[in-house]
Amino acid sequence: MIDSAVVINEENTAEVRPDEVITLSRELKDEGFRFVTMSSAELEESICVLYHFDKDLELRNLKVDVPKGSKIGSIASVYSCAFLVENEIKEHFGVEFDGIPLDFQGMLYSDEEVQKTPFCNIGIKRV
Amino acid sequence: MAKTVLPFGPQHPVLPEPLHLTLTIEDEIVKEAIPKLGYVHRGLEKLAEIRDHNQMIYIVERVCGICSCLHALCYCQGIESLMGLEVPSRAKYLRTIWSEMHRIHSHLLWLGLFADAFGFESLFMQFWRIRERVMDLQEETAGNRVILSVNQVGGVRRDISAESAQWILDTLKTVEKETLQLKSTILDDYTVKLRTVGKGVLTKEKAYELGAAGPTLRASGIAQDMRQTGYAAYSELDFAPVVETDGDCYARTTVRFNEIFQAIDLIRQAFSKLPEGELAVKPKGLPTGEVVSRVEQPRGECLYYIRGAGKKFLERVRIRTPTFANIPPLLDMLPGCDLADVPVLILTIDPCISCTER
Repeated sequence: MIDSAVVINEENTAEVRPDEVITLSRELKDEGFRFVTMSSAELEESICVLYHFDKDLELRNLKVDVPKGSKIGSIASVYSCAFLVENEIKEHFGVEFDGIPLDFQGMLYSDEEVQKTPFCNIGIKRV
Repeated sequence: MAKTVLPFGPQHPVLPEPLHLTLTIEDEIVKEAIPKLGYVHRGLEKLAEIRDHNQMIYIVERVCGICSCLHALCYCQGIESLMGLEVPSRAKYLRTIWSEMHRIHSHLLWLGLFADAFGFESLFMQFWRIRERVMDLQEETAGNRVILSVNQVGGVRRDISAESAQWILDTLKTVEKETLQLKSTILDDYTVKLRTVGKGVLTKEKAYELGAAGPTLRASGIAQDMRQTGYAAYSELDFAPVVETDGDCYARTTVRFNEIFQAIDLIRQAFSKLPEGELAVKPKGLPTGEVVSRVEQPRGECLYYIRGAGKKFLERVRIRTPTFANIPPLLDMLPGCDLADVPVLILTIDPCISCTER
């Protein structure tokens, strides 16, 4: 039986550097992993971004700490469907993804008058 | 012919919920589709910062009126994992029964809307008439028709008596018989086939690569269903994912239709094995750590990421709903289709914008 509620630990999650994400995502894809989604949470100095993948229902995660207001490479070149959740995280947490094929400029959900990222307390202003 | 840009939604006669697509068409053929969300975005996840982890159960239930019970189940399951709670066996079976009731009424609701999209208003009423029976079961067992509020951290808040169980089984017999009577009307009808067979094909490879979920994934030949992980009481029940291989609108309709019968069978199995015992264990302490919890909602895999630091309030609750996962596959299906087929294609992913814009 596979756990449907997986507590994040070192067995199922690899902590990686921002510049490793695209390479490691490509390796997971080559191994047959499906992209499930990404999650994010605000830490003191950074945003924790989690990438969730699964194969035969088994979950595997990549965890990256992205300094607030900084950039990370988009994995949409590996998993094209990632563009949507990357846009969501950009809008809600102010994480910039380099090379998103379809960039909503922080307006996937909200309109132009919303100037601050709602889920990130430092309230990064939109570019 | 010059390209035309056409806004589709958020208000459209065929859409039960406000999805907005910007379609680029050429000679009535869709060339590109760009989604725009946010019409009903509520930011419910943010409430985790000001509501404690028990209050969040009632908030996540309100993410969606169709699969409220499963949102709460997914959330509670995550909190239980963080707190190391073992849910009593009876509670696991009861969670399964309510989850499958949700699947039946959700699929009947969708089939009704789908029939209505073709102009089959009478068939729409027939599906919804059957659905009302399931809504009555939910009201009888949970006290509510839509937001069931039966889940709590550590188990369930309500029991189902032997008399109610018998009434449920009798009612499901009628639901099964009446749904079966409509099978040929929806699946063998010339017009329905004309509008669905070979339309909006999502290949097996694309479905997997684009992260499709639920019936949209299984209609493309991939036997993946989160219930296979065995959460709640599914590990003790006998079932296999309902799969079709054509990946078109007709295949997605067939999967949902057959999943109604599968859900009825699962409820029967669950009642036949329903153990006696406690309904819940009392949680101690506060959730600490990070967890990813997944369940199979009627529309597909739902994922909750929960992060707690042993405080009254959680640090983060993040919800990835199945419709969110099915938007990239939808964007892949639309280019090349006739403008007239767009409403049918959109409906066959069973979009729930209330979920997506939680």
